Amino acid sequence: MQYLVSVINDTASLATPDEMAAIDVFNDRLQAEGHWVFAGGLAGPNSATVIDNRGEAAMFTDGPFVESKEYLVGFWIIEAADLDVALKLAAEGSRACNRKVEVRPFQ
Amino acid sequence: MVDVQEAITQAHHEEWARVVAALTRRFGDLDIAEEAAAEAFATAVARWPTDGVPPNPGAWLTTTANRKAIDRIRRESKRGDKQKEAQMLRDDDPPGPLGAIDDERLRLIFTCCHPALAMESRVALTLRMVAGLTAPEIARAFLVQEATVGKRITRAKAKIKAARIPYRVPSAEDLPGRVSGVLAVLFLLFNEGYLATGPGTDPVRHDLTAEAIRLTRLIRALMPEDGEVAGLLALMLLTEARRSARLSAGGELVTLDDQDRGAWDAALIAEGHRLVRERLAARVAPGRYQILAAINAVHTSARNVRDTDWSQVVALYDQLAVLDPSPIVALNRAIAVAELDGPEVALAAVDRLEDKLGGYYLFHATRADLLRRLGRGQESRAAYDKAIALTGNTAEISHMTRRRDQLGADGRDRDGTTL
Repeated sequence: MQYLVSVINDTASLATPDEMAAIDVFNDRLQAEGHWVFAGGLAGPNSATVIDNRGEAAMFTDGPFVESKEYLVGFWIIEAADLDVALKLAAEGSRACNRKVEVRPFQ
Repeated sequence: MVDVQEAITQAHHEEWARVVAALTRRFGDLDIAEEAAAEAFATAVARWPTDGVPPNPGAWLTTTANRKAIDRIRRESKRGDKQKEAQMLRDDDPPGPLGAIDDERLRLIFTCCHPALAMESRVALTLRMVAGLTAPEIARAFLVQEATVGKRITRAKAKIKAARIPYRVPSAEDLPGRVSGVLAVLFLLFNEGYLATGPGTDPVRHDLTAEAIRLTRLIRALMPEDGEVAGLLALMLLTEARRSARLSAGGELVTLDDQDRGAWDAALIAEGHRLVRERLAARVAPGRYQILAAINAVHTSARNVRDTDWSQVVALYDQLAVLDPSPIVALNRAIAVAELDGPEVALAAVDRLEDKLGGYYLFHATRADLLRRLGRGQESRAAYDKAIALTGNTAEISHMTRRRDQLGADGRDRDGTTL
């Protein structure tokens, strides 16, 4: 079973070097224990472009699809047997990156 | 006929959770388990009056529910889900031995009280799946719309399935935290019964307190070594023992000092005291429920308020404050301090809590009582007004209204009663 662990940022600043180091340690552990699928950090929401190509021509809009003080700043995709395992890993991830995280199962 | 009705009620109390748990284990789906269990009990209601009560009602219900579940899965698989049918046919083994079934009820409780579910969903789901209450019964108990309860239960079951909340007893390492989550659900259920809110409801809902005690007894039977489980059961029993003395004939709250202690339930008190002594003998640092139970044991050991060992009560609250440094604990400690060191000392302690508890009716009720005892009638009256405006419990409102109205124009207590 795969889960998306979204990292939620509620400040303007991105990860500090200390936080990056803690994330690296956590990532190594995910890989060593077979939970690792994929992970990545994102640039700030100001760098986002929203595209809507449901009409005749693609529309491009500068900025994120929703303006919010809290925004997605990175994610992990993890492999876990069940939600208990996923929650435990997500709790450690939250500690490592020093941010709130959200856990959601893939369908 | 009456015997059959009783047998059905008894079977529902004793077997509902077992049947749901066994079916959840077998079919891996709370929805199917719940529906099949409900159908099996409906079949019992229809058949037992004519066919007679089967010699082993539990086995009859489990077998019938299994058949209902298989019928449903077959119906659904006709609509396309062949894979499910294949899986179901492979798993056609008989239900496990009795000990294993007890373990499965425990699984069911831990799943329903999972921390990833909202508290209100946990309560609704536990009442439905473990206690066997229907959605309308749960709605009545919590004064919410039936549709709301239905939605909470449906959403919780969907999350359990989609997010794969495991159907198992947590590992030893996680157990203490998870047990406390289960006990929190049961304590909330008990408290809602003990101090029901809402103008249209009885001030004490015996059905809820009884259900909470029944479920806590079940967990106690399944986890006899857990101190906090014993503590919570003792706390509930010692509180429930005073239930009938706590309300006057007119439905007014009777506070501890005015209660007829002869009307307390001696059997429940004896059982509660036995549990508290058992925990003291265990010589393990007590948790929150054990300390609260010990406080209630002190109260229920005394012949009257003056005879109460208040220094022991204060010491227990000090111990509790270390585990739970909440303003509520500080407020309750201050109430005990009033008996030990007088209302003036207590009032100073209570006033320090205003920032945190200014919106809580018991803060104002406690202040009102202390001010009344200090002869500061006008301030007491104002505090009673605030407390009355903040509570929804009808018995508390009539008690506080009477106390307020007893205050004379000069601010003195009219009937002169002070402790």
